[in-house]
Parts: sequence; C-alpha cells; structure tokens
Amino acid sequence: MKKIEAIIREERLDAVKKALEEKGLIGMTVTEVSGRGQQKGIPLQWRVGEYRVDFLPKLKVEIICHDDDCDVAVEAILKAAKTGRIGDGKIFVMPVDAAYRIRTGETGETVV
Amino acid sequence: MDTGNTAWILVSTALVMLMTPGVALFYGGMVRKKNLISTLMMSFAVLALVSILWVVFGYTLAFGPDIASFIGGLDFLGLKDVGMEATIYSVPDVLFMMFQGMFAIITVALITGAVVERIKFSTLLVFGGIWLALIYAPVAHWVWGGGWLSQLGALDFAGGTVVHINAGISAVALVTILGARKGLGKEPMEPNNIPMVMLGAALLWFGWFGFNAGSALGANGSAANAFVTTNTAAAAAAFVWILLSWRTRKPTLLGAVTGAVAGLVAITPAAGFVTPMAALAIGGVAAAVCYWAMSYKAKKGFDDSLDVMSVHGVGGIWGALATGIFATAAIGGVDGALAGNLGQLGTQAIAVVAVMAYSFIGTWIIGKILDKTMGLRVKETEEVVGLDLAQHGERAYGGIR
Repeated sequence: MKKIEAIIREERLDAVKKALEEKGLIGMTVTEVSGRGQQKGIPLQWRVGEYRVDFLPKLKVEIICHDDDCDVAVEAILKAAKTGRIGDGKIFVMPVDAAYRIRTGETGETVV
Repeated sequence: MDTGNTAWILVSTALVMLMTPGVALFYGGMVRKKNLISTLMMSFAVLALVSILWVVFGYTLAFGPDIASFIGGLDFLGLKDVGMEATIYSVPDVLFMMFQGMFAIITVALITGAVVERIKFSTLLVFGGIWLALIYAPVAHWVWGGGWLSQLGALDFAGGTVVHINAGISAVALVTILGARKGLGKEPMEPNNIPMVMLGAALLWFGWFGFNAGSALGANGSAANAFVTTNTAAAAAAFVWILLSWRTRKPTLLGAVTGAVAGLVAITPAAGFVTPMAALAIGGVAAAVCYWAMSYKAKKGFDDSLDVMSVHGVGGIWGALATGIFATAAIGGVDGALAGNLGQLGTQAIAVVAVMAYSFIGTWIIGKILDKTMGLRVKETEEVVGLDLAQHGERAYGGIR
C-alpha cells in the first residue's frame, strides 16, 4: 500500500476529485493547510507599511491506495492540479505499513 | 421650516447611509473568502466617492433647475445656494440634498454585486463617477427633479425606477461586457459567510425605513404608512421565499434574507401609495418573480454574480407596475388600475421601459469605453489569487504567517 500526499491549489480540488473518481479512487482526506514553496509568500499591507505572509493557503489531499494504483493516481493528480503557474504544489508518495478499518477491526489490503 | 419633519429626515438620512455598509456585508458574505475584502471595499469606497461627487455636481445635475425635462442645470454646483433654509420642502435644502445623496450612493453600490470577484477596482471607481453624472442624475431628475416622467405622472415613492431598475439594468449591461467569472459552474463558489449576509440584509431592512418612510419628506401619516407597508412587504416576501425553497429543497437562511430584500425593493416605489394589505400582495409576488428570475438566470449561465438584476431589477419592475395596480387615492392621492384608473398602469409601464432603455444603453457605452481604455477586468492570475490580495494587499481573515 502507498500513501499519496498532494499539496494543491484550493480551486483545483474539484478537478482532482473528479480525475481520481474516474480512475476508481474514491476515498480521500482533505485538509486546509498553509505552506510555502518557491513563491516565498506575499507582502500584505497594514494601515501604514507592510507585513509579509510567508505561508499561502493550499489544500492537502491524502489518498491511500494499492501499489498498482499509485502511478495512475499520481498521473491523474498531476494532470488535474496543473495550471502551469508557480504555486501549483507538490505530490509525495510514501509506503504504508498497515491499515485497519475501525468498524470491523479488519486489516490488510481489503481495508483500502 | 418644520422642526418635526427636519428631525425625521435627519434620522432617515442616517438610516439610508447605513444601508450601503449593509449592502457591503450582504454582498461580502456571498462571495468566496478570497474576494471578501474586495467586495466590502467596493461599497465602502463608493460611499466615500459618491458622497464627494454628489455635493460637487451630482445634486445639481439631478435637482437643479430643469433643462429640457431631461437634466438639472448647474445652478447648485458645489452646493451654491443650497443652504439651511427650507425653500423646496419643509426641511432645509441642504438636508434634502444629503438625503438624496444617500440614494445615489447606494444605487452605485448595488451595481457592484453583478461584477464582484473580477472587476478592476480602479476602473470601478471611474465608472462610478461617470455613471453618477450620466445615468443616475438624469434618471433621478426625470422622476423626482421635475423631469419628463414626473410631468407624465409616473409614481415612484422612494426609488423603484431611479434606484432599483436603474441598478439592475446597469448591472446587466456591465456583465455583458465583462463576462462570467473564471470557472463558473466548474469550480465551487460557496458563500464565505452566510451570517454576514443576514447581518447585511438586516441592516438593509432597518435602513429601508429611512429610505421609504423618509421619502414622505415629513413626519406624518404618509411616513407612518410607508413604514408599515415596507415592513409588511419585506416580511411577506421573506416568508414566501422560505416556502418556495422548501418545496424543492430545504428552507435556507440565504433564501429568507434574499426574499426580504426582494420584498423591500418591490415596495419601494409603492410604499406611500398603497395599503398594508396591498403590501402583502406586492411582497409575496415579488418573492415569486425574483425567485423565478434567479432560476432563469442560473439556467442561462449569465453571471450577474449576486443577482442584482434578478432581485433589484426584476423586483423594481414588478414594484413600479404594482404601484400602478394597487395605488389608492386615500393613501397617496392617486388611484391605480384596481381602483379604476387603468391609465396609471400605462404611465408606470412607460417609466419602466424608459429607464430600462436609457440605463442599459448608457451603461453599456460607458462600460465599453472603459473596457477599451483602462480595462474592466483584472488579469486571470489576479482573479485566481483573489481580488483581496491582488487589488488590496489584504486578507479578510488572518491565519498562519
């Protein structure tokens, strides 16, 4: 099993959701996050002068999938989340040791 | 000068002033979080801008001595000869001027609801100034300043044609030039704060007592009647909207407050001419026609973002016609169609069509020229980031820094 963590633009969530659905991947966890990449934040204004906001709002989409589905899922996110402008985000993939379904206590590949 | 009347119009003027921040919150709550500051700013900046322009040239163009039944002369430029004496009504001239100024302010602010989330702030300010001079002032003169519609006998107690139809149609004209928001129908455009929408609508309802009852220009029975018809129509429309949305879905707060505003719009031209029972009908029907207009607009994909036309335009048209239907001589001295005076309905229809035509063509020309020169729309990147950061360098809610 793999965990895919995608940091994406807020307005691309719908497209990403649809793209993953088309590949049969339904389950996901979405979190509102703030972060920074190469953009390095933006200056904002106060009554006089400025202050800097280093962290921009993004969404983090987390998906757990079978090893075979991983490339397909990443591909789908790459396509759907891309606008071509700086700030489109990142995708990270990591291994998952175990998964449990709380309701039944079952474990293993069937949980995902 | 009458001190009682003056006291009431002073209060009414303050009530109407509060409506523009009300519009700001009403609209602000409905846009996405990234455009909240921008939407609030549009109304607040218009409050400042039109306040200045009104005392300099707006008032004289609308209420100066009649020129060709079309526009006011420049005799009152910079408030020359507009003083503390009561020479026109029983309240000081300068107070009447300020009361009317608040109407001009809110009319420009209303238009912004159609163009939020994508219009350039600088262009909007220039548009506001030009529109005040070329569209608002003449129309206000036609209806209230002794122009051709008032000579014709068209009834508009508090601004159904001057404020609401005018704002609604102008909104449509701007949207035809500006186009829809990027991602309309594809990306979610969830309102960021519905409680804020309710707060704005509540301030509107509250301020509307000054708007309508103040338009009696005195502390008298007519003002009291307008006060009651205003509240009754708002309530009827809010309630009918709740029922309408319940039929198919669930009763929403956003629907209830939108209904209230539709009812307030529709009763505006009629407030001093109809009975409270007629106000029930006017408000109830207003909710139905505005609800239908909104559904129709949604089907067509026309991005009058916050429904300026569906609520103010359509509600204003219905209200202006309803005035010609329900007017009772016992209330405001003029009978409507139901009392046997069919001609009044015809006169109302002429006023509606005239204001619609002038408003659309004029606003379209102004918008087109500004689009070609300054540009009406922000860059696509700015629209994606949101106008709060792109145009104002602020964000509505703090967060992680």
